[in-house]
Amino acid sequence: MLITCPYCGPRDVIEFTYQGDGNRERPEPASQNFEAWNAYVYDRLNPAGDHNEIWQHSGGCRSHLRVVRNTLTHEISSVAFARGDHGPRRKMEGKS
Amino acid sequence: MSPRRIETGNRIDRLKTIRFTFDGAAYTGHAGDTLASALLANGVTLFGRSFKYHRPRGLLSAGVEEPNALVTVLRGDVREPNIAATMVEIHDGLVAISQNRFPSLSWDINAVNQLGGKILSAGFYYKTFMGPVIGPFKGTRFWMFCEHFIRRAAGLGRAGSAADPARYERMNAFCDVLVVGSGPAGLMAAKAAADQGARVILAELDPRFGGSANWSDETIDGLPSADWARRAVKQLEGHDNVRLLPRTTVWGYYDNNTLAALERVSDHKENPGKGEPLHRYWAIRAGSVVLATGAFERPLVFPGNDRPGVMLAHAAERYANEFGVLPGDKVALFTNNDSAYRSALALKKAGAQIVAIADVRPELSGDVRKLAEETEAEILTGHAVIATEGGRALTGLKLQRFDMANGGLTGDARSIHADCLLMSGGWSPTIHLASQAGARAEWSPARQAFLPPQPTQKWIGAGAFTGSFSTAEAIAEGRAAGLAAAGGSSTPTALPSVEAAPGDPDPAPVFEIRAKGKSFVDFQHDVTAEDVRLAHREGFVSVEHLKRYTTLGMATDQGKSSNVPGLSIMAEALGKPIPEVGTTRFRPPFAPVSIGSLAAERFGDLKPERLTPMHDWHVDNGATMYSAGLWYRPMIYGLSGETIEQAYVREARATRETAGIVDVSTLGKIAIQGPDAAEFLDRVYTNMFSTLAVGKARYGLMLREDGFAFDDGTTWRLGEQDFLMTTTTANAGKVMQHLEYFLDVIWPELKVHVTSVTDQWAGAAIGGPKARQILAASVTGTAVDNVTLPFMGIVRGEISGVPVMICRLSFSGEMAFEVYCGAGYGTHVWETLVAAGKPFGLVTYGLEALGTMRIEKGHVTGAEIDGRTTARDLHLDWMLSKKKPFIGSAMMDREGLVSSDRLELVGLMALDNRPLNGGAHIVEELDEANPHGSIGHITACCYSPALGKHIALALVKGGKARHGTRAHVSDPLRNRFGPVEIVSNHFYDPDGSRMHG
Ligand SMILES: [Zn+2]
Repeated sequence: MLITCPYCGPRDVIEFTYQGDGNRERPEPASQNFEAWNAYVYDRLNPAGDHNEIWQHSGGCRSHLRVVRNTLTHEISSVAFARGDHGPRRKMEGKS
Repeated sequence: MSPRRIETGNRIDRLKTIRFTFDGAAYTGHAGDTLASALLANGVTLFGRSFKYHRPRGLLSAGVEEPNALVTVLRGDVREPNIAATMVEIHDGLVAISQNRFPSLSWDINAVNQLGGKILSAGFYYKTFMGPVIGPFKGTRFWMFCEHFIRRAAGLGRAGSAADPARYERMNAFCDVLVVGSGPAGLMAAKAAADQGARVILAELDPRFGGSANWSDETIDGLPSADWARRAVKQLEGHDNVRLLPRTTVWGYYDNNTLAALERVSDHKENPGKGEPLHRYWAIRAGSVVLATGAFERPLVFPGNDRPGVMLAHAAERYANEFGVLPGDKVALFTNNDSAYRSALALKKAGAQIVAIADVRPELSGDVRKLAEETEAEILTGHAVIATEGGRALTGLKLQRFDMANGGLTGDARSIHADCLLMSGGWSPTIHLASQAGARAEWSPARQAFLPPQPTQKWIGAGAFTGSFSTAEAIAEGRAAGLAAAGGSSTPTALPSVEAAPGDPDPAPVFEIRAKGKSFVDFQHDVTAEDVRLAHREGFVSVEHLKRYTTLGMATDQGKSSNVPGLSIMAEALGKPIPEVGTTRFRPPFAPVSIGSLAAERFGDLKPERLTPMHDWHVDNGATMYSAGLWYRPMIYGLSGETIEQAYVREARATRETAGIVDVSTLGKIAIQGPDAAEFLDRVYTNMFSTLAVGKARYGLMLREDGFAFDDGTTWRLGEQDFLMTTTTANAGKVMQHLEYFLDVIWPELKVHVTSVTDQWAGAAIGGPKARQILAASVTGTAVDNVTLPFMGIVRGEISGVPVMICRLSFSGEMAFEVYCGAGYGTHVWETLVAAGKPFGLVTYGLEALGTMRIEKGHVTGAEIDGRTTARDLHLDWMLSKKKPFIGSAMMDREGLVSSDRLELVGLMALDNRPLNGGAHIVEELDEANPHGSIGHITACCYSPALGKHIALALVKGGKARHGTRAHVSDPLRNRFGPVEIVSNHFYDPDGSRMHG
């Protein structure tokens, strides 16, 4: 699997570290909404199809990337810096 | 000349004689020969013994699909078992031996297994050895008795135990177009893609490019097909953008058009070139792939079809035309399709007498009849072979009239003398790679074969792979595929003309002749047609179950020749058409792959060693080094005659009485800088850092998002926007990643930079009653008195000319200082401190003494912050700020995390004065015979010189509430039981008066 890092170009997957489901929404730090915290910490989408994921280019520039990867084919349809899209996350429902 | 060598043979070089041995006997062959062709030329017919019945077996094929002729090649002490003799190129000094025979290939004691055929049928192992013991000869206990003998009798070659001195290597390659297979289709595809300027890789598993052109003896573009192939390869060699990989088997088709290939670089050479690997593993990333992998000819299933001398028809053609070897003088053929007539003619041209051609079909087309007449053979349409005769070689066969409509045999059996029987059950496209790449194959009733599925990845098929079996089609499809793969458009062009024997590609749908005797479907695993039917009778209706029960197609050849005949027999038993029975999906590898090539250079201990700047000093000064993660740290600095315990007790005692120094360079160090650095630390740590004054340090605790404790350490405020965080040695990388994640993904608005500086600083902790005096004697440029350097204060100065940072903090519980300097000066500063300390009685101490003193103080480390403990469990709740949210603050108060029966940190003192063990359980009531009722476990233990007792830290249910009570350690694995007292984890100097001085 190759991931095209916006800084470094196409690199082998061994240079990257998976950092989890990119659909999670972190509540505001002071939030007391326990349901929301629980969802953020424990709930993961498990789609058979396109999945929105965070990967870190840990063996390269160390940027965090938002990667859309098809869990059936490992096809990667988009890679972008995760840094740019702070705020409520764009929800992406996996095809199942 | 060898008895079977003839004048033809375009692959061998008759001027070069090669000497090799097989089973100890010396043979000669020619350059270009395979072990199979060379032995065949020497009149060898017996190549191996079969898997289960130890039946004599000869060559079935001439290529990678060979199921019978498996040999072991010896390279010195190294054994490489289970290699098809058809794939071994001979070289001077080659040593090969046969397998699965005892004591010798000709006289094999286990051949009596043939008599027990009924017993060794499908499911023999399951029926005989599984389940309860009923009577003396059944069940698992019986298996345990028999296993040794069965494992020795059944099976393939024996693996060696000698280390393989050969070199293997791995290559990554990128190309626009990968062409797999170099028959006419592959050659045309490679050329067409190369002409478009594409970067092309052409992989061919044989040593020579050309595929069927090397043996089909057709005419292409006015040239003999083999010459045409030579010319095409020459043209490709002239392209800078083409990489030609002979001897390269593409064995795996993975996601994103990544393919795996094995190049056999030098195992065909007596002396490999300098630095040349034996095998090279290629990971090829291809823009698109042209699959031109051809087709495999199928055997027919009839009694005695495994006798040496019974061979696939095209294989005989290959031996004659490529290798100049005639597999027999009197040749008979048995077929269900037209292609065998071309093979018959080729053998006739090569000098064999074709005695008869039996065809299951009642009649032949006019064109094929003409071909048949040219062979001068007796043509027996509507006939089938019902038996073969001979022992280690074929002597004859029996025929009977055969009715294709109902499979019935009629009339008298007739005997024919022949020393070679060629069979053809039609052709199966080699769709393995396409199947690996994704979709299921599609059954073609006309071709009686599985054709490649619609591509799910970027590949295009061409030639026999697609079911187009003629060379003219291969040439047209190959060119079109090459163009398309390279992104070019097809322009009309004159394609090379082909003159070939006529023939219909569709066989008759007959795979099995049902007559008395063993008819083999899977030659390598000894699976007969009757085994398949038996499995069906016993209820195995799914093809996947059938495969596992009979082991059909599960040998090293993965059923390359047995797949379709096996399915057809299954389908017939089920009364269903083949497509409804389905096929199993092919999985990598297409052909066996050497484990060495997969490991390539990555063997031995691959862990990097992390050494502190003072490493050499420790080793030179008697330290016993200990590996902690990737780091090497001094465990003790033992004096001669000292045990480990004596050494650490001495080191710890001396530190508490005078002073000790320890290397702490391994602590994780992260520079945290920027306008929002303090705010960031407030969010990351459970306690406040924004209130920390410049020039002071603070102990901090981090939680995970789920509220459990994560890591601890001190962070030093070096400037308004400049912090130096220290982490535990083990968690340095994880903490760094944690910080980066939050800065990059969660809080990108914070203006903070984090930089790992672990390797930039050398650190030494010097502690004990004399530590300050020693420091004062070594440091210039600053005072180190209580006013200038209070507890948790930081000063900068110099130690023998080297700038240092000193922070007064303590892990040992004594008055202590951490001295940091640039890593390159680490040893210099260390030596200065050690020298300055000498008059004061300073000792160097290692991890054992460090651990002892921390247990005495009740400090936590990774043994207690084990991912399951909370701040409260560790009595660190005083660090949980109520003034701000922090990572983990929302989750740490969950019900289960605050309940009163959680495991809490306590201290233990052994009441029987015996050492305690890490991991031992704590129980209220001791029951040595039936240990149970654990209320916790020991996380760390030592002999405490300060207390004169064996003590431990433990996580115990209820924790503090049990202080002052008795319990027991229960450690049945190490047989250590005994009473302990549960106490506070702060054993030593609980009010900290010693470190505050
Ligand atoms: Zn990068």
